[in-house]
Amino acid sequence: MNGPHIDIGLARYSDLAFTSTIVVLVIALLLLAVELAYSGSRKADARELVTANSSAVAADSGTPGVVVDAPRRLVDERIGRAGLALVYVGTAMLLACIVLRGLATSRVPWGNMYEFINLTCFCGLVAAAVTLRQPKFRALWSFVLLPVLILLAVSGKWLYSNAAPVMPALQSYWLPIHVSVVSLGSGVFLVAGVASILFLAKMSPLGEPGRTGRLAAVIARLPDAQTLDRIAYRTTIFGFPIFGFGVIFGAIWAEEAWGRYWGWDPKETVAFIAWVVYAAYLHARSTAGWRDRKAAWINVVGFVAMVFNLFFINLVVTGLHSYAGVG
Amino acid sequence: MSRLDASPPTPRADTKVSDTPRIAAHLRLLALVRNTWRALTSMGTALALLFLLALAAIPGALVPQRSLNAGKVDEYLAEHTLIGPWLDRLQVFDVFSSFWFTAIYALLFMSLVGCLTPRLAEHVRSMRATPVAAPRNLARLPKHQTLVAAGDVETVAAGVEERLKGWRKTSRRDGDVVEVSAEKGYFREFGNIVFHFSLLALLLSIAAGKLFGYEGNVIVVANGGPGFCSASPAAFDSFRAGNTVDGTSLSPICLRVNDFDAEYLPSGQALSFAANVDYQAGDDLASDTWRPYRLEVNHPLRLGGDRLYLQGHGYAPTFTVTFPDGRTRTQTVQWRPDDPITLLSSGVIRVDPPAGTYPDAGERRKNQIAIQGLFAPTEQLDGKLLSSSFPALRDPAVAIDVYRGDTGLDTGRPQSLFTLDPRLIEQKRLTKQVRVNLKAGESTRLNDGTVVTFDGAAPFINVQVSHDPAQIWVLVSSMTMMAGLLVSLVIRRRRIWVRVSPASPGTVDVELGGLARTDNSGWGDEFERLTARLVPSAEEGGRERA
Repeated sequence: MNGPHIDIGLARYSDLAFTSTIVVLVIALLLLAVELAYSGSRKADARELVTANSSAVAADSGTPGVVVDAPRRLVDERIGRAGLALVYVGTAMLLACIVLRGLATSRVPWGNMYEFINLTCFCGLVAAAVTLRQPKFRALWSFVLLPVLILLAVSGKWLYSNAAPVMPALQSYWLPIHVSVVSLGSGVFLVAGVASILFLAKMSPLGEPGRTGRLAAVIARLPDAQTLDRIAYRTTIFGFPIFGFGVIFGAIWAEEAWGRYWGWDPKETVAFIAWVVYAAYLHARSTAGWRDRKAAWINVVGFVAMVFNLFFINLVVTGLHSYAGVG
Repeated sequence: MSRLDASPPTPRADTKVSDTPRIAAHLRLLALVRNTWRALTSMGTALALLFLLALAAIPGALVPQRSLNAGKVDEYLAEHTLIGPWLDRLQVFDVFSSFWFTAIYALLFMSLVGCLTPRLAEHVRSMRATPVAAPRNLARLPKHQTLVAAGDVETVAAGVEERLKGWRKTSRRDGDVVEVSAEKGYFREFGNIVFHFSLLALLLSIAAGKLFGYEGNVIVVANGGPGFCSASPAAFDSFRAGNTVDGTSLSPICLRVNDFDAEYLPSGQALSFAANVDYQAGDDLASDTWRPYRLEVNHPLRLGGDRLYLQGHGYAPTFTVTFPDGRTRTQTVQWRPDDPITLLSSGVIRVDPPAGTYPDAGERRKNQIAIQGLFAPTEQLDGKLLSSSFPALRDPAVAIDVYRGDTGLDTGRPQSLFTLDPRLIEQKRLTKQVRVNLKAGESTRLNDGTVVTFDGAAPFINVQVSHDPAQIWVLVSSMTMMAGLLVSLVIRRRRIWVRVSPASPGTVDVELGGLARTDNSGWGDEFERLTARLVPSAEEGGRERA
């Protein structure tokens, strides 16, 4: 494999890109949240067609406590669009951070927990950018950014590790394959999990039409429940085979590196659990009586299992996946 | 299994049959079996079992497992004296071979078979069936459209049929009306069935591997020494075998390790591990031909159905004991790496005096030498306390207690390779002579003139030999499983009916209806595109006709 040469300069730029990513995404989240919290009730695409002076929209923007006037709405929308633009900038910076790490270490930039979480967040952001590309989904972005920022903050604060070559067990052509596929699957599941949580919020008493209150107002601005459910389902059926392949590639690698394809290592066990839970979600979707709320709960459980596998298993339980540059 | 209560209600057909009590009892039993089977193969039960499976696996990740680390299980048992034994009785330390885990996946697979067999039969039937006739009222279908096209009934219907490429279709004539029924997406169910049967094959392959496979670990000192031959389980330090393996027919492989090379970063992080080995297998054994191989992590040696892995490494210090009569004994024994980063190791060397040094066996047994202590590949001293600052063999040193007396090896009682039996010390059969720190080449003299010299150390490697004849089938079935899954997720089942009936001369009414049998999302747009394609607008139809 590659020698131990590390380009410190490039590694510094990568770290700089990481910090900038967090700053940019935090600002993006603030802007998007401002739009979400203060804009008039959103009538999906209708607002695009409505002229600034239209009284029709003002009449049905009945959220108490919000001054609804035409120029203000325009400002809200501008803020939201700026936020979304910053999301794209942040995603590009995260990509720069990952690429620079790779160039600095002359290996694939996912050899420890810090790098793995960065890649997973990047995949999540890209998955969200693809799924939520329509303007009417902008309200969902705040809820995607929240977990992504938490993950990035934890990664940068506690899991950061210096640019370095990887240990012998990771020096395999399976490292680029297995880890990238698992990251992609996890990123897609992140969007699915967020969509299911929002679906549940929409279906909860808070999501009923006519409810007042800050939270209810925010929930009212989300796309309708059916749309959220469809986003969750489509991302899950996309992520499910990818994650499945990730686990299988991991098993093939494990046979080569550890001498067995499956050994119920804690990481393997929780990956199995997550996969079974997502399988249950797909079955629930085609079972009468399980379709809506129960299926969404299963999807949320799957997401929790993924997060649990990411943090608890790598950081608390010792197993074969505990290299990760921590502990 | 409370889920079974949620089974579909008992069919009432058999309740009126009660001519004789015996028949009634039989029927009741039959009904019970049938209902249990129905409940077991229902989707709700399958879902519940999937959940149970996920739930049951959780302790496997959180509680130490014997199969992974038996030492940790013992530690856990020592710490939790109250619940530990109960968890043990419930097989929580062996989750994946426990009766309850086995029960869940056995039930799940029964449910799977019960669910899939009728579906397979149904699918085979549907592959041959012609698409169903159009419902009378197409407007009732979720998607519906009425168009007017130029042309006569025959031509328009033929055009529709021609454009339905890749669909299974049939046309029926009813008076002067032609109906085209078409269906596609049969492969979805095919993929689904392939996925589930592959899952079954995957489990069977894993089970076969567990039955017929074995794996053994052995430590070999990397000094070109005799190495080992995997001809019997006794050659291994630890051996785990399937139920059908009695150890008499292991494929023989001989291995000797010439050297071991590890590279580290200054931080102590490992960069590479590699051992140059010579091996013999198959015909080479008879002709005594050795073949070289560079054994590395991620690069196992594959010999037919067997694989050899480099799984770990450590150090084996060498000591020479010079007895008072001048005769010497030199031994190299592996010590256990206690710190995986710095490879600070601990262990024991037990030295028997050469024959003739002492007059009889009893005297000899009083003068055996045992050396117990710590080994550091790179010495770091904190006062007299030895630790290691680096995993490579830079400045090897030991901190040892030297004992004289009975090492207990003649008692026949098994002892740890790495520690002395403390009872021997308590009973004063072994008495400590000296505690000393030695660098490579240094020695210490005991009061009777015996000299103990620390000569240095050689690396050892931990080799694993694995044999799993079914492994390839695990891979094959997991690949067909994923292929089936992709097919079943990508392909969608669609049904469409087109009714072409004559309207005013030169034109026909075309009525279309569509049904998405799975995965509704996007069907609206799809249907519109489809109708536009099937029945091109009037002008286009006109041109085609001309």
